[in-house]
Amino acid sequence: MDLYTSSDNPQEIQGRLGYLMIGIVVIFLSLLLRAWYLQITKGSYYKEQSESNRIRVVYIQPPRGLIFDRRGELLANNSPSFNLYLVLEDIADKNALLDRLAGLIQLDRDELERKIRSRKNFVPYMPVRIKEGLSLKEVGMIESHRLDLAGTLLAPEPQRNYLYGPLAAHLLGYVGEISPAQLQTPENSGVLPGTSVGQNGIEKTYDAHIRGRVGQKIIEVDAVGHEMKVLRVQEPASGNDLYLTIDLKVQKAAEEALGKDAGTIVAIDPRNGEILAMVSRPAFDPNQLSQSLSSAEWEALSSDPGHPLTNRATQGQYPPGSTFKLVVSSAALETKEVTPEEEINCTGGMLFGRRIYKDWKRGGHGLMDLHSAIVQSCDVFFYEVGRRVGIERLADFAFRYGLGRPTGIELTSEKSGNIPTPQWKNRAKGEPWYPGETLSVSIGQGFVTVTPVQMASLMATVAMAGDRYQPHLIKAIRDRATGRLFEFPPVRIGKVQMAGETFNLIRQALSGVVSEPHGTGSAARSKMVSIGGKTGTAQVVGIQPGVETKSLPKEFQDHAWFIAFAPVENPQIAVAVLIENGGHGGETAAPPAKRVIEEYLKNVGPEIHQQL
Amino acid sequence: MLDRRFISSFDGWFVVVLLSILSLGVLSIYTVTYAVSSKSHLPIYAKQMIWISLGLIVFFIAASIDYHEIARWSLFLYAGCVILLVMVLLVGRTGMGAQRWLSLGFFDVQPSEWIKLFVILVLARYFSTRTRLQGLSLKELIVPGLWVAVPLLLVLKQPDLGTALVLLFIFTVLVFLIGLRSRTVGFSILISLMAFPFVWEIFWNALKPYQRNRLIAFTNPALDPMGRGYHALQSKIAIGSGGWFGKGLFGGTQSQLNFLPEGHTDFIFAVFAEEWGFVGVFLLLILYFLLIGWGIDVASKAKDLLGVFMAAGIVSVLVFYLAVNIGMTLGVAPVVGIPLPLMSYGGNSILTTMAGLGLLLNIKMRRFMLFY
Repeated sequence: MDLYTSSDNPQEIQGRLGYLMIGIVVIFLSLLLRAWYLQITKGSYYKEQSESNRIRVVYIQPPRGLIFDRRGELLANNSPSFNLYLVLEDIADKNALLDRLAGLIQLDRDELERKIRSRKNFVPYMPVRIKEGLSLKEVGMIESHRLDLAGTLLAPEPQRNYLYGPLAAHLLGYVGEISPAQLQTPENSGVLPGTSVGQNGIEKTYDAHIRGRVGQKIIEVDAVGHEMKVLRVQEPASGNDLYLTIDLKVQKAAEEALGKDAGTIVAIDPRNGEILAMVSRPAFDPNQLSQSLSSAEWEALSSDPGHPLTNRATQGQYPPGSTFKLVVSSAALETKEVTPEEEINCTGGMLFGRRIYKDWKRGGHGLMDLHSAIVQSCDVFFYEVGRRVGIERLADFAFRYGLGRPTGIELTSEKSGNIPTPQWKNRAKGEPWYPGETLSVSIGQGFVTVTPVQMASLMATVAMAGDRYQPHLIKAIRDRATGRLFEFPPVRIGKVQMAGETFNLIRQALSGVVSEPHGTGSAARSKMVSIGGKTGTAQVVGIQPGVETKSLPKEFQDHAWFIAFAPVENPQIAVAVLIENGGHGGETAAPPAKRVIEEYLKNVGPEIHQQL
Repeated sequence: MLDRRFISSFDGWFVVVLLSILSLGVLSIYTVTYAVSSKSHLPIYAKQMIWISLGLIVFFIAASIDYHEIARWSLFLYAGCVILLVMVLLVGRTGMGAQRWLSLGFFDVQPSEWIKLFVILVLARYFSTRTRLQGLSLKELIVPGLWVAVPLLLVLKQPDLGTALVLLFIFTVLVFLIGLRSRTVGFSILISLMAFPFVWEIFWNALKPYQRNRLIAFTNPALDPMGRGYHALQSKIAIGSGGWFGKGLFGGTQSQLNFLPEGHTDFIFAVFAEEWGFVGVFLLLILYFLLIGWGIDVASKAKDLLGVFMAAGIVSVLVFYLAVNIGMTLGVAPVVGIPLPLMSYGGNSILTTMAGLGLLLNIKMRRFMLFY
């Protein structure tokens, strides 16, 4: 069958091809117009889009400044560490990736999910740190599976390293990733999310000096986030170095002297306020805290009944016990309510109102003048003297010594302690001041509380006959860029205006506490140096002085105090020791003080400004 | 067979246009795939050049055998290809979610690419004998309708949305050219409206989830930039960022850094537009327009209806592919996964397009011939 006949006439049909052609022209014009719209009209918009697709900024963490002691001994540096990050925008299937990662390295899934969620609405393409301090084996595992792990980033970064672990942990503090709340604060303006910042101690106080400047690496990435090319690098600038006032040898001695007991030792140079050692127990390892802790680990630390995170030197508020007698003595002599010669008979108690205020020594001390009352820590003498002076004037002298206020040392959340006055009691308790309470205050009990650093400062003031220096921790900062050393001069914050004779009398008595036969601080007697000090036994529970607490459970036993200075003739160091539930100050708190003093005076030698 | 007329019909500028498009295609493929290491295989651009060489042979064969002769065999070709489509569904190789290929070892045949040509042949043959001034009756639409419907359902089952749509488009264009009686038009509209829900049901159900997602993403690509709308969005960014003069060869960051997927196949236009800018796009569209215009010219000068319908069918496939592929890269058509003729990498696409162009030349050079 022949289908094609010559009668078949295509002209009619071919005429309609014109319409088809019109349709084709319309289609081509539409495509061209659309291309014009995308490339010309919105060209710059899409240009930007393609740039933000390919260009990433990777931040390079700077090494933090080093921390040295006063002699240039290294306390904290940085060690190379590998941290694992996720770039959430580059992850196609989050769960699959996390499964794969969990197969390679140890990961806490719940913790991870939490971290990822908390970062969800942050800066796009900002890597989220999910694990720190990977072992070399883990690094190897990740590197060899790099191609299957799109969206992960392994960054070699400096990790804070504290050479002596828990040594001076509360003073040094620790570092950690900046929290969203911290990012909002003005002192952290310009700090990028993910940066490690000081979270406590001087790491926190001096963070702006030692954190350095974050560097930037501008890179080109492919669609799965792999780095293809480095476009520009701005190297990070290392932080400045800190030279602390503490002396590593003294610090070590103090750490050892305190042993495992809960408590604290603060040593200060009375001539300038430099803190020579500061220990608080129980302690923590700042290396551990500087790695990101799981919430369980954090929970364990913060809910530990021993409160290892509390710096007892600046945050512990304790009744000063008999160490407060220094304040009472000062007040009594200056107000002339007592003369150095006056004797008061101690019979083991004092009737006041309808109550007998007991002396710690059953049977009493007999006739006591001020000197022997301090040496033997007679309570009855001070009940009487305190009664004469009155609470208002006692408080006045306490304030003159800087009690009841934070010392202003460069550590956060310092506590102020409490010096009670009738006004204070009315305000705080809504009750009038009872005269008997003045007697309790006179022996450092009742409502009066102090911090150990305040007592160290008080001791230093007495040693310096009234000259008060700001307690501080930083001796110098060295600028990394220029190498220049900026020394922090001592800051004299005033003088306790009292007669020189008053200080002499008190210091002689303090010397007697240690050196005389009946002195309560004889355990601090040193063959090497003359030491003056005052013991204190502060009650934890409201029982009468003189009740033997040794039979009570540990947590009800008295806190042991010893504050001391040396050498008596030419004071160079003042120390405050507090041992929680340590019993009698003279027995448990005096020996550590002696050890710290001896260690310091034995090693007085070249310091940084002589070395550098 | 190869006589003087063949040579004289072989317009010089047509050769320039065709080779220009092919070269731009190879160049674009090279710029996106040169870095892809393939130790055991030939590089992709070299494979494409082999396909183009084979395509030129196919082109000459398709041009040489008288198209009337080819039309005589069209039913066999059509039937053979439908059998292959059935085989694809039974033993075909699956790639990217669809079962489209028959593996021949050295070459994966994609029968859905070829069926378009054969549908054009059978429709052209049928319609060339049924054309009257008053247009087609409804009854006369049944047979060609079936010829389209059978492969259409088979490719939809794979599923291959692009081919299904192009088959419908061919049918529509040819019916438009022939014309319908007014009654037929009325009935067709009525039947279409009644059948629409059922057809939609079949059509929508035949789609894989990814295809449905693409259609959804087409309506709103910003909805989920990393998911369904990713292709469309990255393609728009690639093209738009090209600006006036483009980023230069190898300078296309979107394609070089793999933000643009399928850069050497379906999205090659975006690669080209990013590298060459609006100026390049303008020139490329002119090249394609010249090629299409040449096809229309062949149709309008064809000696008989068979030639007109064959040429018009081939031109409509080209137009459809160009419009949908470029439209999809420009974000004005859904991502249906069809190649850009002559530029996208792929043996089946190159061979069928070259065969179609060969048939156009065939029709053109036989326009003065007398019948034997």
